[in-house]
Amino acid sequence: MADKKWPETWQEFNLGGMVFSPGNACEYHTGSWRDQRPVLDTSKCIKCGICYIFCPEGCISQDADGYFVADLDYCKGCGICAHECWPGAITMVEGG
Amino acid sequence: MSIIVENFDLYAPRLVDKEEYFSAGHRACQGCGEALAIRLMCKALGKDTVIVNATGCMEVVSSLYPTTAWKLPWLHVAFPNAASVGSGVEAGLKVLRRKGRIADRDIKTVSIGGDGGTVDIGLQALSGAMERGHDLLYVCFDNEAYMNTGIQRSGATPFGASTTTEPAGSASFGKKAWKKNVAEIMVAHNVPYVATACHSYPLDFMNKVKKAVKVKGPSYIHCLSVCPTGWRLPPEQCIKAGRMAVQTGIFPLYEVEDGKYRMTIETRELRPVEEYLKLQGRFRHLSEDEKKVIQERVNQEYKKLMNKVECLPSWSDLKE
Amino acid sequence: MTKRAGMEIAFAAAEAVALCKPDVVAAYPITPNTHIPEHLSDIVADGRIDAEFICVESEHSALSACCGASATGARTFTATSSQGLLFMGEVMPIVSAMRLPVVMAIGNRALSAPINIWNDHSDIMSQRDMGWISIFALNGQEVVDMAIQAFKIAEHREVLLPLNINLDGFQLTHVVEPILFPDQAEVDRFLPEYKPYATLHPDKVLSMGTLGMPEIFTEAMKAKDVALINSKKVILEVWKEWEEQFGRMYEPIEAYKTEGADMLLLTMGSMGDTAEVAIDESRKRKVSAGLLRLKLWRPFPIEELRNAVKGAKVLAVMDRAVSFGGSAAPVGAEIRAALYGEPDRPLIINEIIGLGGRDVTVGDFIQIVEKAAQAEKEKPEEAYEIYGVRGS
Repeated sequence: MADKKWPETWQEFNLGGMVFSPGNACEYHTGSWRDQRPVLDTSKCIKCGICYIFCPEGCISQDADGYFVADLDYCKGCGICAHECWPGAITMVEGG
Repeated sequence: MSIIVENFDLYAPRLVDKEEYFSAGHRACQGCGEALAIRLMCKALGKDTVIVNATGCMEVVSSLYPTTAWKLPWLHVAFPNAASVGSGVEAGLKVLRRKGRIADRDIKTVSIGGDGGTVDIGLQALSGAMERGHDLLYVCFDNEAYMNTGIQRSGATPFGASTTTEPAGSASFGKKAWKKNVAEIMVAHNVPYVATACHSYPLDFMNKVKKAVKVKGPSYIHCLSVCPTGWRLPPEQCIKAGRMAVQTGIFPLYEVEDGKYRMTIETRELRPVEEYLKLQGRFRHLSEDEKKVIQERVNQEYKKLMNKVECLPSWSDLKE
Repeated sequence: MTKRAGMEIAFAAAEAVALCKPDVVAAYPITPNTHIPEHLSDIVADGRIDAEFICVESEHSALSACCGASATGARTFTATSSQGLLFMGEVMPIVSAMRLPVVMAIGNRALSAPINIWNDHSDIMSQRDMGWISIFALNGQEVVDMAIQAFKIAEHREVLLPLNINLDGFQLTHVVEPILFPDQAEVDRFLPEYKPYATLHPDKVLSMGTLGMPEIFTEAMKAKDVALINSKKVILEVWKEWEEQFGRMYEPIEAYKTEGADMLLLTMGSMGDTAEVAIDESRKRKVSAGLLRLKLWRPFPIEELRNAVKGAKVLAVMDRAVSFGGSAAPVGAEIRAALYGEPDRPLIINEIIGLGGRDVTVGDFIQIVEKAAQAEKEKPEEAYEIYGVRGS
C-alpha cells in the first residue's frame, strides 16, 4: 500500500473510507501519553504472564529470557501490571 | 496480598495464544477495561471471525481513518444496529457460502456493542436478531454508562451511581432505577448459550467466548468492563474493581446453557458491597442507608440466581 | 423469451428483482409497498430463487441488515415507504458513503401526520441529500425495467452506490398493467454477477465504517459528491445497453410533444401519464404545450434539463410534496437552481398537487396549462402554490 501523505486529497481518500492495512493503528505511539512507566525486577518475576494478560494495550510480551516486558512505545502507564503482579516484580516509576 | 484468581489461572496466561488481533496504538484511556476485554475476546475468537461494532468507545478509539487497530474483518455502521447489521453479515456469509462464491468454511459473525448500544438503543435489533435465530454471537461490553459521549446514564447503570445525566446532588442520590438484566432477557429469548463475564477473569471470559462460537445459532455474552474514567477510580485498580464486582455478588459470573444455570466463578461467601462501592468515585456520595438498600437488593438478586442454579433443569430435560 | 403478463405492479417489481437473483432480501412491511417483499418471500419460499429473506423487526434493521449483507459481497434488496423510509433515515447516508450498492424500491407515500397511506413524494423528497441514486418510474413497465437496470448501475465498479426506484404508492403499486417480462437468460445476459470491490472476509482483512476526523471529512464528502455526479455516465450507458437488448429507451428527462412548445409541464412519477393526455387535449385546441417527464432525480441531470427547456416561455413544475416554509417546493426549488444561470430561461411556476393520494386528473393538468399561459401575462405573486386546496 503506497504511503499517502496525511491528510490526503479527495482523490486519494479510500473508497467508502475503508482501511486496508489491518492493525496500522500501531503507527501511533501511545507511549507519549504516560507520566509513569513500569520497571521490572527480574529477580522477582516468575514469568506467569498475568501482566501480559491484563494489559489493555497488549504491549507486554516475553523477551528472549522469557521475562514479560512492556513495549514503551505503547505503554500508557496505567499501572495495572504493577498492581496485579502478585510477586510485586513490577513497580511504577515517575517519568515517561 | 489481595485475593486474585484461582491457582491454575496464575500460570495459564502465558500459555494463551500470543497473537494480538487488537493492536496497540488504539486511543482508549489508560487502564481501559473494555479495551482489555476486546483484546481478550479477539484472542478467543481467532481469525475466522467478522466483527460488527456498534458506535461507542471501542469503535471510536480503534478506527480513526486512515488507521485501524483491528486485525479482523470489521464493520461499523451506526449506534443501534450492531445486531441487525450482524444479521445481514451472517445471512450474506451464509448464502455466499451456499452458492459457492466464498470458501466453504465456518466464519463466525460477532456483533459487539457497549451497554448503551445494547441495553437501550440497540435492544430492539438485538431482540429481533436473537428471535430470528441467526448464527450470531453478541457480546455486550458493559461499562455501565454512555461513556463515549461523557458518562451519561444508561439502562445498565447501577442503582445509586452518579452519571452526568442522573447525577448525585442535594436533591438526588444518582440513578433511581436498578440495572437492566439483559442476560435474563436473552434467556427469555431461548438463546441456547448466555453468559456473564468480566475481563478480571480473563480465562473464564475467553472460555465462554470459545463456547459461544461453537453454538450453531444465537449466543450472548454480557461482559462487565470497568471504566476507570467514568467510574472515577485510578486506572491501576481496573482489574481489582471487576474482581470486587464479582466477589460481592453484584455481577455474578454464570452461564446458561440450554436453560441450565451454572456458576462459573464460585464465591463461597459474598464480600460486602461496601468493598466494591468504596473503590469508585461514582458511589462516593451514597449514604449508609442507600448502601444498605444496595446490599439488600444484591443479596436478593443473588438468591434469585442461586435458586435458578439449584432448581431449574435444562430445557432438554423438560422435553417429554 | 419475453413474456407479456398482466400483473399488479408491486408483484411485477418483485418478479423483476427475482430475475436479478438477489442474495439477501431484508424487508419490513409498510403500506403500500408491502406486496413487493411479500411476493419476493413467496418466490423464495417456493425455491424459485436461492436467497436469504430476513424478516427484520423494523425498517432501520432492514437497511442495516442490507448494509451488513452488502458488505460481505451479497446482492441485496429492500423496499419501504414513507415512515419506514424515515426510520431507515439514519442509515441512508451511511450506505452511500460506504459505497454499498443496496437497491431499494420505494412505494412513495405521504409522510405523517396526519397518518396517510396514499401517494405523494414527501417520503423520497426528505431523502434528497442522502447520496443515493434516485430514479422515478412512470408505469409498470418502467418499474420492471428499472429494477433490473438498478442492480447493474449500482454494482458497476465506477458507481458502487445505493439506488432507490420510486413508484407511486397505490397509483402504481396496486395497479394491474400489462408488462413485458424478459426471461432469465436475457436478464443473465444483461446483468453480470456482482463482483464487489472489497468484502468482509478473513482472507483479506479490512475495516469498514471508520471514523473521519475534520482533517479528512471534507475530502470524504467531495469524493461522495463526485461519485454520484459521475454515476450519470454509467446510468446513460446502462440505459443504452438496455435499449440495444430490449428495445425500450430511457433518458433522464423524457420529452413529449415539446417541439416549439411555449409552455411546458414537468412531472415525476405516474402523473406523467395523466399529463400526457392533457397535453394531447391542449394540442388539439391549438395550445402550445408540451410535457417533460423527469426520470432521473439524483444525480440531477442539469445539462439535460437546460437543453429540454430551451425555447419555452413558461415551465410549470409539478411537485408532490411541500417544503414547508421554503422558497419553493422541492422539485421547483431544484429546477429554479439548475436554471438560475441560464440567460434565456423560462418563467417557472411551481404547483403542488396530489398530496396524500388526492387524485390528479386530466382536467387539473389542463387548468395548470392555463395557469402557465396566464403566468406569462401576469407573473404570479407566490413562488409556489398548493393546487386545488379548499379555502382561499
